[in-house]
Amino acid sequence: MNKTLPDKNGHFGIFGGRYAAETLMPALIELEKAYQIARKDKNFQKEFEWYQREYAGRVTPLYYAQRMTESLHGAKIYLKREDLNHTGSHKINNTLGQALLARRMGKKKVIAETGAGQHGVATATVAALFGMECKIFMGEEDIRRQAPNVYRMKILGAEVVPVKSGTATLKDAMNEAMRYWVSSVRDTFYVIGTTAGPHPYPQMVRDFQSVIGREIKNQIMKLEGRNPDVLIACVGGGSNAMGTFYPFRNEKNIAMCGVEAAGYGLHTSEHSASINGGKVGVLHGNKTYLLQDKHGQVRDAYSIAAGLDYPGVGPEHAYFHSTKKVKYVTVTDKEAIKAFYFLSRKEGLIPALESAHALAYAMKIAPRMSKNKIVVICLSGRGDKDAQTIIETNEI
Amino acid sequence: MKRIEEKFATLRTRNEKALIVYLTAGDPSPEITKKLIFALEKAGGDILEIGVPFSDPTADGPVIQAASQRSLKAGTTLDGVLKMITEVRKVSEIPIVLFGYFNPIFAYGVKNFAQSAHSAGVDGVLVVDLPHEEAKELRNYTDAAGIDFISLIAPTTDKERLKKIAAKASGFLYYISITGITGTAAPKIENIKKEVQNVRKITTLPIAVGFGISQPEQAKRIGRFADGIVIGSAIVRLIDENKNNRDLEKIVSRYVSEIKKALKSK
Repeated sequence: MNKTLPDKNGHFGIFGGRYAAETLMPALIELEKAYQIARKDKNFQKEFEWYQREYAGRVTPLYYAQRMTESLHGAKIYLKREDLNHTGSHKINNTLGQALLARRMGKKKVIAETGAGQHGVATATVAALFGMECKIFMGEEDIRRQAPNVYRMKILGAEVVPVKSGTATLKDAMNEAMRYWVSSVRDTFYVIGTTAGPHPYPQMVRDFQSVIGREIKNQIMKLEGRNPDVLIACVGGGSNAMGTFYPFRNEKNIAMCGVEAAGYGLHTSEHSASINGGKVGVLHGNKTYLLQDKHGQVRDAYSIAAGLDYPGVGPEHAYFHSTKKVKYVTVTDKEAIKAFYFLSRKEGLIPALESAHALAYAMKIAPRMSKNKIVVICLSGRGDKDAQTIIETNEI
Repeated sequence: MKRIEEKFATLRTRNEKALIVYLTAGDPSPEITKKLIFALEKAGGDILEIGVPFSDPTADGPVIQAASQRSLKAGTTLDGVLKMITEVRKVSEIPIVLFGYFNPIFAYGVKNFAQSAHSAGVDGVLVVDLPHEEAKELRNYTDAAGIDFISLIAPTTDKERLKKIAAKASGFLYYISITGITGTAAPKIENIKKEVQNVRKITTLPIAVGFGISQPEQAKRIGRFADGIVIGSAIVRLIDENKNNRDLEKIVSRYVSEIKKALKSK
């Protein structure tokens, strides 16, 4: 279990890899070489840390949610406040890393796909910061659902390219970004937002996001003198969850729970639970669990949380599932909405609907745990962007 | 001798170049695809490339994307495509290459697929998202079944990579004429010529050029240095524009024979 993954071709056990068009392969190999040098380069790491601290606002607090803990009458709950990062979510951890790498590689144009718009905003932000040209591919349906983020990207100087194909959500945005990249690969850097895509993206995004788990480790040691008993994070593609879990992968006696979006329920076809409701397949450059029909056609994902609305999951999550390192569970739209209000009203923190899935799972298990147990939840983003979605549920 | 190899050999003795024609299976329906296949062969198509539709065709431009969507809506499956090829094989010896993405094959089961494709009469497979690094999991079975593994060479492929790919390729090498997706830009013929000449230094396999060729003049000029050309999106577009026209087969045939004529004229 201690061996370093992925292997040289980007495989995590049977998962991952580089299932990409030949036109992209040389670029992926170039990127991998550049990244392997950068990750061992102290100057790169120093620069990355400087931007995380001075620009994004790290370290983010590990906040003891006292009112939440008290009302659940169980385990002690801490929230990792990734919502306090600049741009409002954990996404900036990764875009800063990739933009610094792009700059090192001499690329002046960046592209990205986005679902909820959080990764789009985080990419547009670093593009502005480093003076890069930026195009963001976004499904038309998501453009409608996440209008405030579209305005933010435009204010930051990015071009938002509407994607009409398929269900016009994250999967289609990623298809279109890959097509655009095939045509512009010589001078353009593709900033993938999650731990998916062809190698080296799953590894690179994991490394850039691992600051979340490393900080949790230090903070909880100072606060409680020990590791947490349970770590919980939501999983769409799985970047905040991987960032939270990865530094704890070799620790004993920690239960790690990845929460997938069950939408209207796993018994319906309207969900985004790739691990719990999908099969192994190949999409967007890697082998992983996918929502698909028996003929291998990828099904459309659904979740009230646009950032979880993806039919695949990062290959290392698929691997952690197969080795039982992480337990993958599900939470429905309804439960997530309940958690969204719960945290807003108990703690004065409006969580992103994505993060509300992790909160909802904690609300299920914390009451059954004794008071000396510790649960850490990754509050991956803030929920201002979701006001419109919540209004449309008519539960306000 | 295998059908693809034999076809190129025969054409070479006649001093002709191969016209490789593409259509998406099941667009607009399996019956029409079958009719079109026969029409394309009669009009001068030397090798057939049959597209297996996929929900997420990331290497394809808008024309083939839309065709895949139409085909999936009409209920096309990989199994259905293989059955159709079985029918075609009863009356035709035209070499057939399956063109597509890995997931439908993976879902079918790689071993099963290789056996079924072989018995259906498939001569080659071209899987866009299976570069040589990942190819083994399919080739272990298709090689054993005697199915050619058609490999892509892109304008971005460097020499070292080219050598690795060519060493394992069979049937023919497919040179992608543009840095881009299918049917979206016109190739720069002088550049391709240089590239194809470079590939020739490394392999004795026939080299076909495709992605973005639609005009007889382009076919003629590329035919002077390549062993074959691929016409895809242009045919698919014609099918889409005329799918409700009684003369669909005639219209597509006329176009293909024009390309063939240009290719022969040198």
